[in-house]
Amino acid sequence: MAAVHGDVHGHGHDDHHPTGIMRWVTTTNHKDIGSMYLWFSLTMFFTGGFLAMGIRAELFQPGIQILEPELFNSFTTLHGLIMVFGAIMPAFVGFANWQIPMMVGAPDMAFARMNNWSFWLLIPAALLLVSSFFVPGGAAAGGWTFYPPLSAQGGLGVDMMLFAVHILGASSIMGAINIITTVLNMRAPGMTLMKMPMFVWTWLITAYLLVLAMPVLAGVVTMLITDRHFGTSFFNAAGGGDPVLFQHIFWFFGHPEVYIMILPAFGIVSEIIPTFSRKPLFGYSSMVYATASIAILSCIVWAHHMFTAGMPTVGQLFFMYATMLIAVPTAVKVFNWTATMWKGEMTFETPMLFAIGFIFLFVIGGFSGVICAIVPIDIQVQDTYYVIAHFHYVLVSGALFALFGGAYYWLPKWTGHMYDETLGKWHFWLSMIFFNMAFFVQHFLGLAGMPRRIPDYALQFADFNMISSIGAFGFGLTQLLFVYIVIKCIRSKEPAPEKPWDGAKTLEWTHLPTPAPYHSFETPPVVK
Amino acid sequence: MSQQTGHYYVPAPSTYPVIGSTALLFMGFGAALTMNKMELGYGLLAIGFAILIYMCFRWFGTVAAESESGKYGLDVDKSFRWGMTWFIFSEVMFFAAFFGALYYMRVLSVPWLADESQVLGQSFWGAYEGGWPTTGPGEHAAFTPMGAWGLPAINTLILLTSGVTVTYAHWALKEGRRDALKKWMLATVFLGALFIGLQGYEYVHAYNDLNLRLDTGAYGSTFFMLTGFHGFHVTLGTIMLLVIYFRCAAGHFTPERHFGFEGVAWYWHFVDVVWLGLFIFVYLL
Repeated sequence: MAAVHGDVHGHGHDDHHPTGIMRWVTTTNHKDIGSMYLWFSLTMFFTGGFLAMGIRAELFQPGIQILEPELFNSFTTLHGLIMVFGAIMPAFVGFANWQIPMMVGAPDMAFARMNNWSFWLLIPAALLLVSSFFVPGGAAAGGWTFYPPLSAQGGLGVDMMLFAVHILGASSIMGAINIITTVLNMRAPGMTLMKMPMFVWTWLITAYLLVLAMPVLAGVVTMLITDRHFGTSFFNAAGGGDPVLFQHIFWFFGHPEVYIMILPAFGIVSEIIPTFSRKPLFGYSSMVYATASIAILSCIVWAHHMFTAGMPTVGQLFFMYATMLIAVPTAVKVFNWTATMWKGEMTFETPMLFAIGFIFLFVIGGFSGVICAIVPIDIQVQDTYYVIAHFHYVLVSGALFALFGGAYYWLPKWTGHMYDETLGKWHFWLSMIFFNMAFFVQHFLGLAGMPRRIPDYALQFADFNMISSIGAFGFGLTQLLFVYIVIKCIRSKEPAPEKPWDGAKTLEWTHLPTPAPYHSFETPPVVK
Repeated sequence: MSQQTGHYYVPAPSTYPVIGSTALLFMGFGAALTMNKMELGYGLLAIGFAILIYMCFRWFGTVAAESESGKYGLDVDKSFRWGMTWFIFSEVMFFAAFFGALYYMRVLSVPWLADESQVLGQSFWGAYEGGWPTTGPGEHAAFTPMGAWGLPAINTLILLTSGVTVTYAHWALKEGRRDALKKWMLATVFLGALFIGLQGYEYVHAYNDLNLRLDTGAYGSTFFMLTGFHGFHVTLGTIMLLVIYFRCAAGHFTPERHFGFEGVAWYWHFVDVVWLGLFIFVYLL
């Protein structure tokens, strides 16, 4: 890939677009839409974070302090839904929007108008979710997985949540189809599939999972709505249905969903580590095959979420072994990242710190995942804080850390300014310390038997809960620092170097100026 | 695959997406309120639908005009093909959820409920025979299941025939026989509408004569939700076919370039295939 800036000329002449608010409302530009996705997800991250702070404040000490149990349940429910559907998923779509066209040498996304719709659908969904707190009966309180019969009860808030999920699903499906089409049809001449950057590969596979899983979620939400209001009996044993049926369909969506939230994170980390190790990614093709294997396996492991719900032993064994099998391709990835760093000329700027932090902590989350997959252990830790600790290790120090790393990595390209490296390092180390303080102790709480989703606990859990709450408050405050760093970076007067990362090899760094022009690659570059 | 030459058409800024989102805002709140019997909901829902229909009209109209004015190169055409393919795949997965529910009930949950060794169920509801079709072990009025060899078999023939007529229309389009194209399109639309009409008649028959209702336990739930969503898709497909008919009448499409036609034909075949699954697993077995 020769670093030619030849096709930069001639850009900037047709930047005509509406100004002010209408620019953002009507835009068909993948960079504008990417930015909107990222700001939206940051807003939802703080909304969901506010709920998390409420939960940890209530759990700071035993007894009922600030949240009545019903409201506490709504907090945990909406915290999960908002973080999963409002913060993590749209953030990755934001990265996809900004990066995929630039990384494959395309002028924009394949369906630019639909791309805008995918984003703007998030707004009604977010309004439905957040405003459900203020309707009679309050927000949904049956957990983010909204199992019936609990979710078959409840009032208006539950329906608002269900329709919000419907709209979010439509947005995700459209976004995924857009990404698949862009990757399959709009790559620059010479960029074969096996020359694509890892981030693009992981998103292609993620988008496939989205198209596979989100309609199933729409189906189960529809069944729940008709069970609630139109007298169907899908989840009602009196009519021949089964509440466990809901769990099967939900987790058929839910488990691919887990990988939807982590595969793009793998992609970001796979871009950062080679850059700062100044070596090509070790085992590129094995990375691609490992990602595909994870995606395929993720479709046949869903019932490991339901070991205690009642299942024949053969079923438990199958889902246990299939789940543990996922550790193999995941380990391939971790070893490849490690081998990429091996004997590399490494430097430790903020993106690299987050990437390495990701590897350490994600591996902890991965191991506790294997532990949870073992049926006899899972029966012990089901619905305890051990599970909470496990999935926060993969979702916060996994997905979220990769998002932070990616943001620091590409902020210079997006804004044309460098972020404050010192503050970035502070952000990393404070996040690292407070995250572990908040969540590592939850392993112990879970093993000792503290149940999740309960606003009160036995006195023996008091110390660890206080530590966890202090860690959570610290983690929450630290994220305000991130907002400050981003705004400071955008407002900075000092231009970033044309190529701040000398080890970066992908098209957006080698073929485009910094900051990236409003329209890029209207004439595709030739990839050798 | 990745060899693209020339300019990929990136549309100018557009208000349609945000109009569509406004529609969904009204529809989301409207539906939630309606389900909870709040008066305000009906109005919101109606406004939302109106906005959505307006948006579809304008947006698809714009796409058709862009297509006719030659803005879409071969790359864009290929994008539409990928997009439609994956959209239909997502629809397949949506139906898969409902088929999955049907199999789960028939194969697992109903036999479990009828299993005498499952003490809980028996003590709850007393003796329960199980079997299929069933209303489940709770209190339900008697009903007659829908037979396969009356209207459903006729409907199967109608849909299969419509798959043939739309193919004849496609051949006519590719050979430039515009009159035949319009006739075969009209025949397809007619068959689609006939199917919907007969399906509606079947529903009336189910409610009035068979006492088969949406709340008739597991059987009623799966019967009406599967055939209902299929009927909804046939309705959408028929509207799409009608739009294509009018576009054909307006002289749109060339023998070489007519993805709008093909996309709708793909969708129509998909609806057809789903129906075959329904006929076998909902009506026949």
